[in-house]
Formats: sequence, C-alpha cells, structure tokens
Amino acid sequence: MSTAIDPNAIGAPLPGGAPASAAGSRLSARVRGVRPAVALSVLFLALIVIAAIVPSLLTKGDPLGVNLAHSLQSPSLEFPFGTDQSGRSVYTRVIYGARESVLIGLGATAVGLGLAALLGVAAGLGGKVVDGGINRLLEVLFSFPGLLLALFLVAVFGSGVSTQIIAVGIASAPGYARMIRGQVLQVKGADYVIASKALGHPPSRTLFKNILPNAFRPLVVLATLGVGQSIVWASALSFLGLGVAPPAPEWGAMLDAGKDYIQTAWWLTLFPGAAIVAFTLAASCLGRYLQRRIEGETY
Amino acid sequence: MSPPRIHEAPLLRVENLSVGFGPRDKVNEVVRGVSFSVQSGRCLAIVGESGSGKTVTARTLVGLTGERSHVAADRLELNGISLLGLSNRRWRTVRGAEIGFVLQDALVSLDPLRKVGKEIAEPLRIHGWGDRSKREEKVIELLREVGVPEPEMRARQLPHELSGGLRQRALIASAIAMDPGLLVADEPTTALDVTVQAQILALLQKTKERGRGLILISHDLAVVSRLADEVAVMRLGEIVEQGPVEQILRAPQHPYTKALLDAVPAAHSKGTRLAPLVEGAYIPAGDPQVPTVIDTRSPIITAEDLVKTFRGPDGVSRAAVDHVSLEIRPGETLGIVGESGSGKTTTARIVLALLDPDSGNVTLRGKPWTTLKEKDRRQRRRRVSVVYQDPLSSFDPRWTVRRIVDDAIAEEDYKGKEQRLGRVKELLGHVGIGAELLDRRPLQLSGGQRQRVAIARALAPEPELIVCDEPVSALDVSIQAQVLDLLADLQSELKIAYLFISHDLGVIYHVSDRVLVMKDGRVVESGSADEVFKAPQAEYTQKLLAALPRLDRTETERKAVPA
Repeated sequence: MSTAIDPNAIGAPLPGGAPASAAGSRLSARVRGVRPAVALSVLFLALIVIAAIVPSLLTKGDPLGVNLAHSLQSPSLEFPFGTDQSGRSVYTRVIYGARESVLIGLGATAVGLGLAALLGVAAGLGGKVVDGGINRLLEVLFSFPGLLLALFLVAVFGSGVSTQIIAVGIASAPGYARMIRGQVLQVKGADYVIASKALGHPPSRTLFKNILPNAFRPLVVLATLGVGQSIVWASALSFLGLGVAPPAPEWGAMLDAGKDYIQTAWWLTLFPGAAIVAFTLAASCLGRYLQRRIEGETY
Repeated sequence: MSPPRIHEAPLLRVENLSVGFGPRDKVNEVVRGVSFSVQSGRCLAIVGESGSGKTVTARTLVGLTGERSHVAADRLELNGISLLGLSNRRWRTVRGAEIGFVLQDALVSLDPLRKVGKEIAEPLRIHGWGDRSKREEKVIELLREVGVPEPEMRARQLPHELSGGLRQRALIASAIAMDPGLLVADEPTTALDVTVQAQILALLQKTKERGRGLILISHDLAVVSRLADEVAVMRLGEIVEQGPVEQILRAPQHPYTKALLDAVPAAHSKGTRLAPLVEGAYIPAGDPQVPTVIDTRSPIITAEDLVKTFRGPDGVSRAAVDHVSLEIRPGETLGIVGESGSGKTTTARIVLALLDPDSGNVTLRGKPWTTLKEKDRRQRRRRVSVVYQDPLSSFDPRWTVRRIVDDAIAEEDYKGKEQRLGRVKELLGHVGIGAELLDRRPLQLSGGQRQRVAIARALAPEPELIVCDEPVSALDVSIQAQVLDLLADLQSELKIAYLFISHDLGVIYHVSDRVLVMKDGRVVESGSADEVFKAPQAEYTQKLLAALPRLDRTETERKAVPA
C-alpha cells in the first residue's frame, strides 16, 4: 500500500476560495464570446432605430411621393425593393414605416406590462379576496384569443395608431399579469424577504427594495420578446384595415395594400413582411441572449 | 497482528489513476496519481472535503465521468479485467452486475415518476434477470433484505412518498439487486438523521460481511470509522495519506489528516478552538478559548409553554411544538438538538416572532414580544438577529456583499455614505472578510464566505441574541470549524447570546452551555451540555448518542501520540 504524501499540499489554497474566482472568469468569458446571431441582431436593431428616428439618413426618397410612371416596378438598382401601384419606392416606405411599427411594438408592450404590473402585484400581495377577483378577471380575458380581444377594442374605440397600441397592449396584459403574480408570490416567500422582516424593516421597504426588483427581473427579457409579438399583432390589425390609415407607411398596412397584387407584384408583400419577421427575430434573439446573461449570473 | 487471511488477488486494483476534464489542449486534472485496491469483504473509505476529487474517483469506477473527461491509469482492474477504455455498451454490462453504485441524494437519484419497485427492478431487467413476475418477487425480497418494512406496499409508492432513510434503502436495494462483487457508495448517509444513518451503516456492514467489497466515499471521518478497514484521505485531487483505519484515526501522519480530525467538533473539543485549517496554513487546534461569562440574572428571552400545531396534507393536525419552555441568558449559548421534524426550527421561528404560537408566549427582556403587533415589534427586532442554514437564499441575489451588510445597519446610528461604509468594513473585518469582496454578489462567494457575510449581517444591528439555525450543516468540516470558532470568538468579544440549532450532536456539544433535546415537538431532556451528553437521562438521548458515530473512542490513544 503506497502512501503518497505531498509536503506542499497543505500550503495550497483550500477549496474555500476557489469557486468565486472561477465564477468571475466564467462571466468574462461569456461576455467576450458573443455569438454572431446576437451581434447581427444588435446591428439590425440599431439600423431600425436609425430608420425610426432619422429615416432620411437611409433613403433620399419620399414615402408618400406618388409617381405613376414608375408604378409596380420590380426590384432594381434605383428601387431596391421595387415600387407599388402608385410608383412609391417600397424600400423608402419600409424605412419610413419603421417609426410607427416600432412605436406600436414598444408602446403596446409598455401598456401591456404596465397594466400587468398593476394587476399582478395587486394579486400577489393583495390577499385572498383581491387575488381571487383579479384571477377571475384574467380568466375572462384569457378566454378570448388575444387578437380577437384587440379587434374588439379597436371596434369599440375606433381605429388609429393610439387605439392600436392600447388594444394590443390590453390584449397582451393577461399573460404578463399571470407571470408577475407568480413571481411576486414566489419572491414574497423567499428567505431574503423573511430576513428583511427579521431585521425589523417596514413592509414598504421590503416591497420596494426586495420584492418588486426581484419579481420584475425576468420581465426585462419577456418585454424584449413581447415587442416582436406586439408588432405582429399590430400588423395583423393593420392588415385587417383597423390600424394605420392607408397612405401612411406602416409595415402591416403595407402588407394589407400589397395583398391585391400578390400574384403579380410579390415585392409589395415580401419586403414589409420580411421587415416584421426580421425585427421580431432580432428582438427575440436579443431577448433570449439577455435572459441567458441574467440567469447565468444569478442561477 | 492482522488475522491470517488467504492472500487473494484484490477485487479492484487502481494504480496511478488520473482524471481530467475539458478540451484536450487544456485538460483540468481533478484527480492525480491515485492508487488503491479493495479486497472482497473489505471496505475502503475515501475521505475528503468538497473539491478533493473523491466523487470523481468514485464515478470513474463505474464509468460515469462523462463525455468530456479524460481517464488515464497504469491499471484499473476489476477481478483482473481492465476497465480502461470500455465502450458505453460494455460499461452497461459491468455497472449493476459487477459494480453497484449508491448515490448521495436518494430523492434526486430516483426517478420521481416511477414507482420504487420498478426502479429497483430496472437493473434486473437490463441484465436480463428472470421474467417479470420473478423480478417482482425479487424486488420484494430485496426491499425486505435492506430492512424496508411492508415491502409490498413500499414497492408501489413513488419516491417522494418515502422518508429519506427509506429512499436511501431503496437505492441500496437497487444497487445490490444483481449482487455485484463491489459496491461504491458516494456519501450514502449525508443528509440523514443520526439514527437513520446508523441503520444505513449497519446495512452496508452486512453487505461487507457477505463478502462484497465496499468503497465508501465520505466527508465524515466518524462515519468512516464505523465501516472502513482502510482509509484514503484525499485533498485537491491527490491521496495525501492512506492506511488501515486505526492508524489513520490514531496516528495520522499527514498534517492535513490531523487537521481534519481536529476539526470535528465533539466532546473532546469543548471549550477549545477547532481552528485547524486557516487558508493555507496549519495551526494546531486545541488552544483554550476564553470561557464565556454568563449573566444569570435577567434572561433575554423567556418562552413559556409554547404550542404550535400545523395541519398536515392528510388533514390531521400535528403539534410541531408541544409545550416548550426555554430561557436564554445574556452571553450564553443554548443548544437545541433533534432530528428532522423535531420542531427545533419552528421553536426558533417563534422565538424570532416570525411565527405566532397557538398558545404560550415569549418575552424579550421581560417585556411582551410574541403578543405584540408587528408594528410595535419592529423597533425591537434589532435585539435578536438570525443566521440561516442556507445563507445563499437568505441574501437578495441582486445585492452585493456591501449592500447586504449595509441593509442591516441601523439608519439612526450610522449616517452618511462614508460612515456606513466604514461600519460595513468593520463588521466584515469581525468575520474575516476583506474589503476585496465588498462588490461580490452572493453567488460569487464560497460557502464559508457566504456564512461569514451572513454572520456579519446578523452582527450589524448589534443584537443581544443571535438565533443560529443549522448554520454549519452545509459546510465542509474545516470550514465548519472556522465558522464555529468565529462564533465563539464573537461571543467572548461582544458578549452575544446564541440560540444554536443543529441536528449534529457533536456541534451542539461543542458550542452549547445548556442543551435542549427535542423529539416530536417536545423537550425530552434539558440541562447543561455536560449533564446531557455525559449522563443522558432520557431514553431518546441515550439512543441518539449510541447511534452517533464518534471518533473519541480512539481519542486518548490519538492524543498520546506525539504530534
């Protein structure tokens, strides 16, 4: 039986200190190794933001400038995405359309999350009666398909960008509200919340310093995913003619206008459609990346 | 001296085993140059703390180190047949049939959706043993063999319906189903109560006596001393000392083994420092600590006749705390010891006024405490703080160490950023945490560091009493020793009283001035630590102490050997 005694062994650091530095280096490695899909998403979203704020940087054309001489031309060097029935450049219109589409996406998500935060936190903290009431309300809202609910709201309040935002926002709220409620319930019972109580902190302090920040943490990511979802829903409303009024460039409205020519002029629907898909993909991709980052750091 | 034994070839022979992980160009070796052998009917114990490589070594023996591992050895033989480079398919014929493997946590290791009987029949099925009805009979037989009462009923239950001890037995039954010649058990009794632990150890002893080889992986030298014939002590991937169990326990050669033995809190360590392993250096343990001065006049906490009942899932109410009275005096440590479900944590939560008792009440410094409204209690909460069992979950995961400690400092006493930061540093200094960790988050700390930060937070409100709920049960023995020493130092320095809760009799004896032994919500015995542990009156206390694996059987001899 051999007895391997290493005289230096006792001088080496104990396992006690090791995990911390390991976690630190793992973290920096992850930051360095950003995947190309994520980088591409960031790049594309930056482009969209520029298009939404200063579209003239990306195109010299006029989104509303009718020129019947150029009507329904297929993609060319002059009109990279082709032209529509009124001779307007589809490329220019897609660029100019970014503003309203993104506004609807962000706005609707904000409305949805805001409403959901109110309902979810109230349900999570309000005790049995409030929780029961809010849950029944959410169940009623859940029983309508989201789009149908949005349609109903537009039908009641009339069409337009702001109603579109509010309608899509309200329609998406129940899902978020359920999540927030669950988060609040979970965090409310966490050991660190009990620890805060044991330290003699008043409940308001525990609520704002511990419960809410931790309950909302996963929502940062959900919101990014939600932006893409909202644009798709808003586009659907526009497609049905219940959103932005026709001459204004908006991706969903452009799809709607192009559907009559789908057999002869494919570019009318392809490019705005691609813009919606790409924006949704980029937002979701970034959202998932953020989710991994956050969860990787904390779990 | 050893009895004459037929010199047979070892069952398992491992020579110069190295295991590494990671990509081929930068393999991270976690086990280096490990050699040992096991004979039939003998038990080898591999002892070490977390990160020592003991579990990886065990997994190598059953070919479960995973895709990204690199296993190399001069020899890795079972019954003279090499286990090196076996294909997954070949390993499946070896595992279960020739080597049985018992994992640590039975709840995680058993399929939660599969009935226990099916799980045990699995190795039989894989190795083509008998037909279905014969296998069912065999499962019942196995369950009976490992001492599971009512085996027919248990076989039809799901893992979560069984207690921890029964689950561990089921796992062992599954490992010995094909009667393998070698059984590898990785921490088989960790997380079990002492009495259950004793039963599991007896069961493993029986396997050994039936002539099977046994490899026992453990962090607990006391557990090992019951079963092992040979002990190998691992540290940082290498075996630092190896030899017959008596030699390792009585005359350890390597300073690490000595330190490990000294770090175990028990009867002999009472009133002395455990501090054996300070990062990187060996300081002899056993220096006397300053005895605590106990003020017997006015107790901090007086609890009278506490009762708390909970309604179980079956609708039957059970008393978690059943007429418990206690008193904690300034500067003393009151220990509560008991097995899981004995009501010790519930008692602590009532003392902390985090849970209202059904009847009875607690007074703090002679004034009402549990009967107050939370609003009126808030001001006085600072006088009693807590250290939780799991520090990680007791910290807000988003917060840094600085914010965690700062949050507990009284706003009226320390104003301004500078002053508060100074206080945070001072508190962290008390617990031996340097300023470089101020901006770390809980997840970036080691287990020992977390518990130190938790103690710093508990000190922040300048309490008279700290309730410690199993503060060391999740820590390695050397880290545990450091934390226990720290608590003792703080007590003599700051004159804090502790209500110390643990399932570990050794820890309780080491830290406590007075002890309550709890069972099923009742206090079955109370008295000074020496009275309770040296002359236990209650039958239950006697049973607990008898079940406790202990090292001090060899203690006198060990001390006689010059260091």
